[in-house]
Amino acid sequence: MAEAKFIANDKLTAWLDELSATMRVLAPARQGDAVVFAPYVAGQNVELGQEATAPPKSAVFPASEDLLRYDYRKNPEDLGQVDVELFPTITPEPTLVFGSRPCGARGFLIFDRVYDGAKYKDPYYLARREATVFATIACLQTENACFCHSVGSAPGDATGSDLLLTPLDDGYAVEAVSKKGEALLGSSLLAAGKKKAAQAKKLREQALKDMGEPQDFGPAKDKLLALFDDMGFWEDVSAKCISCGACTYLCPTCYCFNITDENAGLTGRRVRSWDNCMSFQFTLEASGHNPRPTKAHRLKNRVGHKFSYYPALHEGIIACCGCGRCIKSCPVSVDIREIVTKAMAHEPPAVEEAAK
Amino acid sequence: MTILTQLKEQITAQLPKLDMVIGWERGYDALHATPLFMRSVEDVERLQIGPLAVHNTATYLTGLKNKKVGLVVKGCDSRAVIQLQQEGLINRENVVVFGFPCDGVVDLTKLRHHIGDIGRVKEVKASSSELQLTLDGQEQQVTLADVLADKCTRCRFPNALVHDHFAGAPREAHAASDDYADVQAFESQPLEARFEHWKQEMSRCIRCYACRNACPMCVCRDHCVAQSRDPHWVTQEDAVREKWLFQVIHAMHLAGRCVECGECQRACPVDIPILALKRKLNKEIKEVFNHDAGVDPNAIPPLLSFQVEEENINERGW
Ligand code: SF4
Ligand code: SF4
Ligand code: SF4
Ligand code: SF4
Ligand code: SF4
Repeated sequence: MAEAKFIANDKLTAWLDELSATMRVLAPARQGDAVVFAPYVAGQNVELGQEATAPPKSAVFPASEDLLRYDYRKNPEDLGQVDVELFPTITPEPTLVFGSRPCGARGFLIFDRVYDGAKYKDPYYLARREATVFATIACLQTENACFCHSVGSAPGDATGSDLLLTPLDDGYAVEAVSKKGEALLGSSLLAAGKKKAAQAKKLREQALKDMGEPQDFGPAKDKLLALFDDMGFWEDVSAKCISCGACTYLCPTCYCFNITDENAGLTGRRVRSWDNCMSFQFTLEASGHNPRPTKAHRLKNRVGHKFSYYPALHEGIIACCGCGRCIKSCPVSVDIREIVTKAMAHEPPAVEEAAK
Repeated sequence: MTILTQLKEQITAQLPKLDMVIGWERGYDALHATPLFMRSVEDVERLQIGPLAVHNTATYLTGLKNKKVGLVVKGCDSRAVIQLQQEGLINRENVVVFGFPCDGVVDLTKLRHHIGDIGRVKEVKASSSELQLTLDGQEQQVTLADVLADKCTRCRFPNALVHDHFAGAPREAHAASDDYADVQAFESQPLEARFEHWKQEMSRCIRCYACRNACPMCVCRDHCVAQSRDPHWVTQEDAVREKWLFQVIHAMHLAGRCVECGECQRACPVDIPILALKRKLNKEIKEVFNHDAGVDPNAIPPLLSFQVEEENINERGW
């Protein structure tokens, strides 16, 4: 990889201006009291000091996107016959996601196994993923809800990123992690930064130490499965959940979608939009039957998917990057760590009992 | 005896007759309380009240229809109980209400303005006038009055308006009246500015519907018009138009029913100030029908009743 670089604080805006001249740059911006990824406009302030409220998920996986447009055409010869013409719409824009945290960028590694797997390739996802570069900022101070170190990551984790920036007093150490990232280091605003990189590494290691002992969620895979039919357990841990969808929509690793046809007269669009397993409609079948009729079933799905079913299919990899958004943005502070820990500690009733 | 001890005694005494009692306990960190479902005496030990116990416990009531439920309520929570009772949405006999005098709750968004990142607060000590926080190894004092939720600074009903048990002595109201000054100030802006404000605010809405599900009066829940698939009233697009449409529907459905507990706004993960919409409609309802939601169990919400001639509407005189 290229030699490490350094960008001084007072040159950061100029660098972003430069970068945004050639591609769409999404950077955390303060909107009201939230921090969200928004298209960077030259000269604007970026909010790099705190983890964004919403992750950069929509950069690659938009909240809603047109899969195709369609027009119905009546055959003038035979008015009973209607033809449909389809217009596929894959229009990825070269995009730089600037200033996400390691967890936000790493979320797409979970997506990749699903949308870029051996069996299925999702062309919409692939096109966007290919066109997107991540310049990530290492976390030197973590929040109470953070637990990236318990799911195989770290506050300075560069996997999934193309560039890793580490905050220093006077600027950022900038290190390339991939070829894509290396290509962004040509700017004359960047100074050489070999020494800075060494300093940055120390800071990142300290940040990991500050997080304390990680928790081992490995055993959750089998424990959660064993609890599948124990609805008492799930009703208990979901009692306070209000079954909104904040946790899933803010999650960098939640990838479920819904497809609807949005018609207007004789034209329409087939739209793919985020779905959310905390919603009643998630698995509502056309017959009216719903295999996940209560919030307890739905929370079981969310926790089970991340800590059991996904790891079972994907070499033990947990489908959670430990960003803590589902915890700190939950209106009632449901804590996924607590649920998984409870599940791991849960002792099934003695065999004689169960046999009765 | 402290109010908390008294509450715990009252709850412990009633618990055998109830499926559960809902209150609050410490959440994942010192700053976040979380709803507590008490089923055993050990659970009661974990009960906490105070300025961090923000959640409206009445939100759970309609989801627990066939259970005997005890609720620990602040004044505003009790208004939701009354409103649900007015509308026949709960059976009051199945609900046991534990009230206490409420000193107000903290708005974490406001606290963020004072101390910056609230995600790293390690310890919190609350007195009746200030919060003492430990953040990044340093102690910080914040005056409670500076970070109280707006609803509390204008609160007329800090003591549960309906209760079967009450701990402590009722306190004086925080304010004598609510003149909707905030709504009036907003209304004094030009129409374009107001529309621009909402377009901007709604643009970051993630359509999670936390605002709806946190609302004690939103009872359609799984059958909400915003998500119904057949008919498909609202598209699945991530567009301001759809998000705004939902907020307007929510506000309209809450006109004269909204008890202004502020849960919709508090629950919003991206801090959209949507309580203003509900306040606007309540202001109109107040002017036209002189009605306050959730105050009198025997009142009928104006939009749920019909009178040939309304007192404040000159229907025949035009
Ligand atoms: S866990 Fe929290 S954020 Fe998720 S659905 Fe339940 S209440 Fe909403
Ligand atoms: S489950 Fe929660 S902590 Fe894990 S990635 Fe999703 S939002 Fe973050
Ligand atoms: S509005 Fe009144 S009752 Fe409700 S939390 Fe504030 S002070 Fe307490
Ligand atoms: S609309 Fe908001 S303020 Fe009104 S009752 Fe519902 S949650 Fe409370
Ligand atoms: S809670 Fe906020 S983000 Fe979620 S749907 Fe309501 S307004 Fe939108």
